[in-house]
Amino acid sequence: MLRSLRVRISQGRQYIGDLRAAVPANFRGVPVIGAGACATGCRACADACPTEAFRALDPLEIDLGRCIQCGDCAPVCPEKKLTFSSNCHTAAIRREDLLISAARPMPPPIAVSEALRKQFGRSLRLRSVSAGGCNGCESELNAVGNVNFDLGRYGIEFIASPRHADGLVISGPITRNMVEPLQLCFDAMPRPRVVLAYGACAISGGLFAQAPQIERQFLDANVAILLLPGCPPHPLTLVNGLMDLLGIAVR
Amino acid sequence: MPPTPHLLAIGLTPMQHPEFVHELRESLQNGARTVAYFAENLPDGVVALTALLQEASGLRVLRGHARSDAQVPALTVQFPQLHIFEREIHEQTGLAMPGHPWLKPVRSPVEPMSSYRFFHMEGKEVHEVAVGPIHAGVIEPGHFRFLCLGEQVHHLEIQLGFQHRGIEALLLQRPLAHATALVETIAGDTSVGHAWAFCRTLEALAGVTVPLEAEIVRGIALELERVAMHLTGLSGMATDIGFLQGGTTWGRLRTTIINLSMQLCGSRFGRGWLRPGGVRFGIDPATAQRLPAILTQFQRDMQTITALFETSLSVNGRLHDVGTVTAEAAREVGLVGMAARASGVELDQRVALPDAAYGQLPMPLCAQLAGDCWARAALRVDEIAKSIQWLHQALAVPGLADVPLQAIGALQPDALAIGVCEGWRGEIVHALQTDGQGRLRHFKAQDPSLRNWFGLALALRGNEISDFPICNKSFDLSYCGNDL
Repeated sequence: MLRSLRVRISQGRQYIGDLRAAVPANFRGVPVIGAGACATGCRACADACPTEAFRALDPLEIDLGRCIQCGDCAPVCPEKKLTFSSNCHTAAIRREDLLISAARPMPPPIAVSEALRKQFGRSLRLRSVSAGGCNGCESELNAVGNVNFDLGRYGIEFIASPRHADGLVISGPITRNMVEPLQLCFDAMPRPRVVLAYGACAISGGLFAQAPQIERQFLDANVAILLLPGCPPHPLTLVNGLMDLLGIAVR
Repeated sequence: MPPTPHLLAIGLTPMQHPEFVHELRESLQNGARTVAYFAENLPDGVVALTALLQEASGLRVLRGHARSDAQVPALTVQFPQLHIFEREIHEQTGLAMPGHPWLKPVRSPVEPMSSYRFFHMEGKEVHEVAVGPIHAGVIEPGHFRFLCLGEQVHHLEIQLGFQHRGIEALLLQRPLAHATALVETIAGDTSVGHAWAFCRTLEALAGVTVPLEAEIVRGIALELERVAMHLTGLSGMATDIGFLQGGTTWGRLRTTIINLSMQLCGSRFGRGWLRPGGVRFGIDPATAQRLPAILTQFQRDMQTITALFETSLSVNGRLHDVGTVTAEAAREVGLVGMAARASGVELDQRVALPDAAYGQLPMPLCAQLAGDCWARAALRVDEIAKSIQWLHQALAVPGLADVPLQAIGALQPDALAIGVCEGWRGEIVHALQTDGQGRLRHFKAQDPSLRNWFGLALALRGNEISDFPICNKSFDLSYCGNDL
């Protein structure tokens, strides 16, 4: 009993009170494109990028749906134009919202979906399926429910059975060997149901977009309603995205 | 010269396969252990076989050639530690390997997975339980088939490959500058371990020596990763047996550690930290002075929760004598790393093959004798304590702030380079082969999980099926690290 109390005292208060205001210190989150023109013909950043996240040069346009936050672009820029911010409010509901530039440095804020708020605002049960995920995304999805982020306080939880699930959270680029299990899992979910794409692999194929072992037709047929960029996305990316989409007030 | 964790073999003259197999058999009979054994398809229907052996003097490489239709005998029956390697060689090259008892697909890269026929048991009292590929928790996919007599597991057959992304071939198609980011996702929970093994291999090919300070920073990254993932294992094991204070406390202690990694390199998983030629981020003196106090508080809290864990009757009851793998079995099937050490096999490449960092600051070897779930938990607790001590020493090394990356120039042509790194699960092995122009021709990545999955199958034998979750978590193996 005494030992148990000691543990309880050592634990202190761990939960983050205001999840929306939390900023993880020194997290390499969103590329920030500095002002000024690039040197003519320079494509050092694009060449360094392992996922072709640079969709346009001069003015630069970066696809957060591809960016894996490796930061390999920043040191090669001769103008030192690229830095990273720790902002985790990067979730988006449309694929094109993930394109950022100097003029539009962040995806637009997510508006509350009245339909989803009514349906799932007080209780959302999620089924995770890793389809080629490397355990980076899976680790962060587990962290969403830990004592720090504790998304369970808003009625959002990961559950075991697809029969009880409202949302399917996909991580990984969708490997060929997972196509059938993924479909079976989704088919077992009752309607209404939604799909969320967690991480660069799920959103765009990420590092594996060109691999022949990847088959992504599932996401063509079932468009994700929430895109969580990153490699892996910080848990706060999902936390903020869901709270915004469902109109959950900080309590 | 002390043995090193890397090796560069230039212009290897391959043996013909009968001689190669003879040499391999001799060496294993004389007590060598296999670190890696893999194959590459060469033009004109030739298969190049490469065995990496660990002998008392260090690493030794054997290279053989066989025609793809040759009868290269499998040695698995005599040396079961080769079982997974010969299965992989058969799958990747089509080499027949006669005499192998079980050439089951490792990753099913071509055949539909549903076409595989599992082991089958017949009888009045027997039944089978199929679990996965999708599991109850937020976890990677894999299939488990339990052959049971009542509640007792007679055998567990593990079917993997669902995560196969083709990472080895993909790396060769990419510019070298993109390789490390890819390597960091071989097993995303071992980003630092794989990045270090890869960097070490490439640096051997480029003839680059990384300054000691940069190697120390890599060691700090690796030990932080080890502590964090050992905590994930402890937290998961605690949750699986309903020891909830352990689950939450070890969970939040992990947050402390991964956030330290993030403060040092920008990523909670140490991504983007290591690059060929050194590290992208040093540690400035102010940070190096600030961290020891955090680590000291961490270790104090660690001791508080461990004291509760170790004295709890229910924890003792649920972990002792559950999921036992004997030292003999561990050696025989070639278990590595933490799983081997928990069974009393004294194998830690930080000790056996120290690099500059672990040569300068030696890491003591931890081991347990029982080989059960308790041993695997207790080993984690010990290794966390040793890693924290090591981190204290490493942070006191001067000059960690200014560690510029060494340039990687031309690669040695016609060479085979191998790098070994003791990640938190065990030895990670990377191999790179160049062609005559010094371009990468072949890449082999080996996560310790490849060898340790069979250890989990052995651990389940004779146990109750309800003990599977705790056994699985006690090994905490990587699915994508196996599937590549």
